Amino acid sequence: MTEQPNRSYIDALCRGDKVFEEKLIKVIKLEFPNEVKVYHEAFNEKKQTKTAEAVHKLKHKISILGLENGYQTAVKYEDEIREGNYDLHKEFEAILNSMSTYLKTLE
Amino acid sequence: MKCIIIDDEATARLIIENYCSDIKGLQIIEQFSNAIDAMKYLNQHTVDLIFLDIHMPNFNGMDFIQTIKNPPNVILTTSDPNFAIEAFEYECIVGYLIKPIDLNKFNKAVQKAVTQFKSKKVENQKADVSLNEDDILYVNIDRRLIKIDMPSIYLVEAKGDYIMIKTETKNYIVHSTLKKIEEKLPDHTFLKVHRSYIINVQKIIDIEDNCVLIKKDIVPVSRSNRPILMKRLNLL
Repeated sequence: MTEQPNRSYIDALCRGDKVFEEKLIKVIKLEFPNEVKVYHEAFNEKKQTKTAEAVHKLKHKISILGLENGYQTAVKYEDEIREGNYDLHKEFEAILNSMSTYLKTLE
Repeated sequence: MKCIIIDDEATARLIIENYCSDIKGLQIIEQFSNAIDAMKYLNQHTVDLIFLDIHMPNFNGMDFIQTIKNPPNVILTTSDPNFAIEAFEYECIVGYLIKPIDLNKFNKAVQKAVTQFKSKKVENQKADVSLNEDDILYVNIDRRLIKIDMPSIYLVEAKGDYIMIKTETKNYIVHSTLKKIEEKLPDHTFLKVHRSYIINVQKIIDIEDNCVLIKKDIVPVSRSNRPILMKRLNLL
């Protein structure tokens, strides 16, 4: 079964503080599409360092949404990009898509 | 403790800010999305602790540490474990937190920073005491300004239009009044015991009736000033 994003880390982080929770989700929703956009642009232009940096930045949000396996994939992908290997691109795209879908359900 | 956060990711800044809000005495005074703006800020302001991301565009966290003069304590907040060994070569780095940051690890790193901050503060205070400009008094003698270390003064005696300042090493005759020098001397150490005498309370050898023995000088204590003097003493 494919790993699904979840809010266990967010809940632990917010500790019942609804105001902070709202603020956090709002910021993640705002920031995530831009980070994905930066990744896609760098990937399409085959800019190795920029693509690796974009993956690196996305790792934090992957972990915030509880994707432990997804995080490991991102770590490996970032290392491989720095060596010019983009084999994990599709797998990484799937992670980003699942996050994007999940974030739309968060309020 | 005044803190700043430097991280290009707003989510990370928000999480750190939230963790800090639970710690008494920790105050986030500014947040920066890049190291350059933070450097400009630090050129004009002093902070006690920096939460610093490593991977940032243009100028990364490690470059930042190497660039700033006298860096305060730094807690690195990063998704990259590869800088851990390099990080601890820097004296200012007191913590290395991997994102997503665990609250317990965050609190431990902050506690370490607080401890180091306090011990640094004590060291600085000790240094300040030995170099305290407030302890220095300049007196005009024959058109020369002579520097006198105030704690070394044990007695000041009025002599007409002059005062005699007696110190551990030397006596000075200065054209001034007891009232003027009384205003300059610190209250917690010096006391006017008579209309013609100010003494350094810490230099008293003994007190008998209405007289105080300081060094070899016997100084009269006026009846009205005696109760004030007695209050200043740590009597058994």
